[in-house]
Amino acid sequence: MDMHLSSNNGPAVELNEAELRSAGPARERLVVVGNGMAGMKTVEELLAKAPGRFDVTVFGAEPHPNYNRIMLSPVLAGEKTFDQIVLNSREWYDANGITLLTGEPVEGIDREAKTVVSQSGRVVPYDRLLIATGSMPFIIPVPGSTLPGVIGFRDLADVDAMLAAAAKGGRAVVIGGGLLGLEAANGLRVKGMEVTVVHLMPTLMERQLDPSAGMLLQRELERRGIEVLTGADTAEIVGDEWVSAVRLKDGRELPADIVVMAVGIRPNMALGKAAGLDCGRGIRVDDQMRTSDPSIYAVGECVEHRGVTWGLVAPLFEMAKVLAHDLAGGEGAAYTGSVTSTKLKVTGVDVFSAGDFSGGAGTEDIVFRDAARGVYKRLVLKDGKLLGAVLYGDTKDGAWYFSLLKDGADVSAERDTMIFGQGFGSADAGDPNAAIAALPDSAEICGCNGVCKGTIVKAITEKGLTSLDEVKAHTKASASCGGCSGTVERLLAVTLGDGFTAAPKVKPMCKCTHHTHDAVRAAIVDHGLKTMADVFQAMEWTTPDGCASCRPALNYYLLCAWPGEYRDDYQSRYINERAHANIQKDGTYSVVPRMWGGLTTAAELRAIADVVDKFAIPTVKVTGGQRIDLFGVKKEDLPAVWADLNAAGMVSGHAYAKGLRTVKTCVGSEWCRFGTQDSTGLGVKLERMTWGTWTPHKVKLAVSGCPRNCAEATIKDLGVVCIDSGYELHVGGNGGLHVRACDLLVRVATEEEVLEYTGAFMQLYREEARYLERTAPWVERVGLDHIKAALVDDPERRRALNARFLFSQTFSQDDPWAERAAKGVDRHEFNLLAEVG
Amino acid sequence: MDSIIMENAAAETVWTLVGTVDDIPVLGSRVVRTPDGDIALFRTAADEVFALEDACPHKRGPLSQGIVHGRRVTCPLHNWVIELATGEAVAPDEGRTGHVPVRVDGRSVAIALGEAKLSRGGCRKACGHV
Repeated sequence: MDMHLSSNNGPAVELNEAELRSAGPARERLVVVGNGMAGMKTVEELLAKAPGRFDVTVFGAEPHPNYNRIMLSPVLAGEKTFDQIVLNSREWYDANGITLLTGEPVEGIDREAKTVVSQSGRVVPYDRLLIATGSMPFIIPVPGSTLPGVIGFRDLADVDAMLAAAAKGGRAVVIGGGLLGLEAANGLRVKGMEVTVVHLMPTLMERQLDPSAGMLLQRELERRGIEVLTGADTAEIVGDEWVSAVRLKDGRELPADIVVMAVGIRPNMALGKAAGLDCGRGIRVDDQMRTSDPSIYAVGECVEHRGVTWGLVAPLFEMAKVLAHDLAGGEGAAYTGSVTSTKLKVTGVDVFSAGDFSGGAGTEDIVFRDAARGVYKRLVLKDGKLLGAVLYGDTKDGAWYFSLLKDGADVSAERDTMIFGQGFGSADAGDPNAAIAALPDSAEICGCNGVCKGTIVKAITEKGLTSLDEVKAHTKASASCGGCSGTVERLLAVTLGDGFTAAPKVKPMCKCTHHTHDAVRAAIVDHGLKTMADVFQAMEWTTPDGCASCRPALNYYLLCAWPGEYRDDYQSRYINERAHANIQKDGTYSVVPRMWGGLTTAAELRAIADVVDKFAIPTVKVTGGQRIDLFGVKKEDLPAVWADLNAAGMVSGHAYAKGLRTVKTCVGSEWCRFGTQDSTGLGVKLERMTWGTWTPHKVKLAVSGCPRNCAEATIKDLGVVCIDSGYELHVGGNGGLHVRACDLLVRVATEEEVLEYTGAFMQLYREEARYLERTAPWVERVGLDHIKAALVDDPERRRALNARFLFSQTFSQDDPWAERAAKGVDRHEFNLLAEVG
Repeated sequence: MDSIIMENAAAETVWTLVGTVDDIPVLGSRVVRTPDGDIALFRTAADEVFALEDACPHKRGPLSQGIVHGRRVTCPLHNWVIELATGEAVAPDEGRTGHVPVRVDGRSVAIALGEAKLSRGGCRKACGHV
C-alpha cells in the first residue's frame, strides 16, 4: 500500500479499483467511515477473527491516526501526551494492509452504485459499508453560541483550542456539570485558568451520581478552586468578536475568555440520513448492527439501537464485537443493549457508578459513609440482587460490584458485608463477626484516630477490657465520629466470645443514624458543619437524604448554630412552617394574626371581619393565647388573606411555628386595681423582642400584673409575675399532656433585667434542647440548677447568651406573610401546578 | 429515569401535560386539580417525578403537603409514610393510595389521567411503576 494514501497533506489521489484490489485475489471491500474507537475496534476484532477476509479502507475526518478519545481529559490536564493515547499508529494500518485516509470526511453515500465520496472528491466502492461517525457535542442554541471562543469537548482540536486559551490564563466557563464538563473544568483549572462550572441540575453528574455523592464531588472541586453553580440556566453567551461572558437566566453574568460547552452529545447521523437510511435519534440498527440497507452497518455513538443511544465506551466495544463476529461469517451473535458503569477521570477524585441507583419500591439501600476518609458508598439491592452502585472516594471495588450487577448474581449471602468490598470476611461471608475475625491485625478500624485491629485486640486481652467505652478510653478507637463503634463492638465479641454483652444503645436521632441528637449538635458546632449534606456525610447517615424526622431537626440545629449564614432548607420544614399557617384535618388552613400582648384595635377587628366575609371563612375563634384564629381558609387564598391583614397593619402570629407563639398578658397597673406593674406593656416589649425566633419547640410567654396571676404565667415556658418590688421570672412550665408548673428562676427589679433574662433563657433553650423538646421536659432533664448556673450565677454568660439571641433575631424578624403576599416569595407553594379535565 | 418512564402500549393512553420538572421543588410537591380530585406530583432528589392521589390512605391527609425523603413522603397529618412509586403505606401501617402514571420527556411532565381513575384505585396495571 502506498504511503502517500495515508497522508492527510498529500494530494488527493484517484484510486482505481484495480489498484486497490491488486494485492491478491478478489476480496470483499469493507469501507469504514470513521476512524474512531467504535469503528476501529470493529476492524481490530475482525482482523483477529478473519484476517485477510476484507479489503479495508478507513476514512477519518480528523487528521490523526486512531486515538483513545476517552483519554483526552488527561491530555488536557497535561498528564498524558497525544502520542500516549494513540491506539493504532499509521504503521499498524500499513502492517495490516488497511488503507487509512485521514483528514478526509466522507460527504455522501451512493447506495445504488455502492460507493462513498469524500470531501476531496475521492470515490471508493464498497461491498460492505460501516458507518462509525460517532457523535457531536450538543451546543445549546442560546444567543452567542456560535461565537469564536465557544468550544465543544470532543476531539483533539477542541483540546488544542482549550490548551491555547489556557496558555493565556484568564477565565473559563464550562457549561455542563456532567462527566465531560467536569473533566474539562479540572483540566483547565490545572492549566491555571479561573474556572466556573454552570450546571442546570441541582447536583453534579446527576445521571451518574446520587445527590450525596454529587455534593461530595462539588465540595472536592470547590476545594480545588473550581467554582460550581448548580441550578444555573444559561441565557446568553455575550461577546462581539470573541466570547466575553456567559449570562444566566437569573441575570448573573460570568466573565469568560473561553466557554466550553459540554452539555451532552448528539449522534452524528447526517451521512446515514442523507443516504436515506432509517434514522431516529441515531442511525437505526438491529441486533446485528445492520441498518435498513443490508450492505450498510453502523456502530458506536451514531446509532440508535432498540430506541437507545449510547455515549460510553463499553457499549461501543460490545457492538463492535458483535459486528466483527457477523462480518467474519459467524452467526448467532446479537447485541441486546448494555449495562454501563462510569468513572470520572479527574486525578485524585475517585467516582464510580453503575446500574440503576434511583431506588424505589422493593429496593433497599446499603449506605456506608466514612467521614474521615471522605468515602461514600451506596449499593441498591432488589430481590437479593445488586441493582446499582455509587462509590465516592473509594472505588477499588467498583469492578467487583459491576460484575455482580451485570451477572445478576444472588448476593443475599454477602449482603451484610459486601459494602466493605470484595474479599471482606471471605472466611465466612455471611457472618459479620467472622468477617472481622478474618481481618489482618494491620487493618485500620478507626479511620479518625488511625487505630488498627491489632492494637484494639491487644488492649482488650492485655487490659481486660469488656466494653466499648473502655476500648474507646484505652485506644481512642471510635472516640471521634463513632462511625466504627459497631466494628469495635464486633471485635470485642470476637475477642471475648461469650464474655461480651453489647452495651445498651443510646437512642439515636432517627433510623437514618446511630448518633444521638446531642452528638449531632455537638458535631455541627465542633466540626463547623454548615449544610445538611455536610452533616449526612460527617455523621455517616445511612439514608441519601434523611427522613421526615431528622431533616427538620437538622435544619433547626444548623439554623441555630449558624445564624445569618445557614440557608434555611425549605423542604425540611413541616408544612405549617412552609405555608405559614396551620394545616387542619380537611387540608384547609387556619390563620392567626399577631396581637401584640393580646392587644387589638377596632381597625384590626374590622379588617379581620372583612377578611372573614370576603373569603367566606367558616369559623372564627378566640385562642387561649389571646388572639383570633380564622379556620377553614383554602391554601390558595392564604396570600390574599395575608395581604388584607397586612394592609391593616397585622403580621403573622406564628401560631404554626416551632418558635415564639404568644405573650399572654393581663391588663396590669394601667387599669387593674390590684396591678403592681405595667404587665401589658412589658408583654408587648417581650413579644417585640422575641417574635420570629426559631426554637426547638413552640414557646409561649406570659406576664401577670400581680401574684393573682390572671395571665396564667406559671404554666408558660417563661412567665413573668409582677410584684411590688419588681418581677418574678418562672421557667419551664406548660399545659398540655403533662401539665408542669414553672420553677422560679429569679426575682429582678427592672424591665431591662426581665428582657435580658428572657433573651438569655431563650438562647440557652435554643442551644441546648433537642428538637421537639419543650422547655418543661428540657428543664427536668438538665435540672433547674444547670439553668440557674448559666443565667443567674454567671452574669457574663447571661449577657453573652442574650447577645447571641439578639444577633440571631436580626435575621429572623421579617414578616413571612408580607414576603409572600406582596413579594411573591414561594409562590409555588400556594399555586396549583395545573388544573385539568 | 428510564425506570419510571411509562412505555404504554395501549393506544388510547392520553398524556396530559401539566408542567415541567423544574416547576416542582426538589424534595417537594405540587398539586394538579382534576374533576376526580387533586393529584400530587412529587420530585425526588434524584430528579424523578411521581404522582399520587393527594390523599393519605389513613385519613385522607393531603400528601402534597408532606415532607419528601428518598422515594417516600410523610403525611402531614399523622406521619404515615407512603411509597411514591406505588402509593403503598410503609409498614406497620397498611393502605394504598391511587397513583398515576407519569411521563417525563426532556423537562416536561405529563400524567395519564384516563389510566388512573382515582375512584378505581389509581393506575392499576396501566403503569410501569410497580
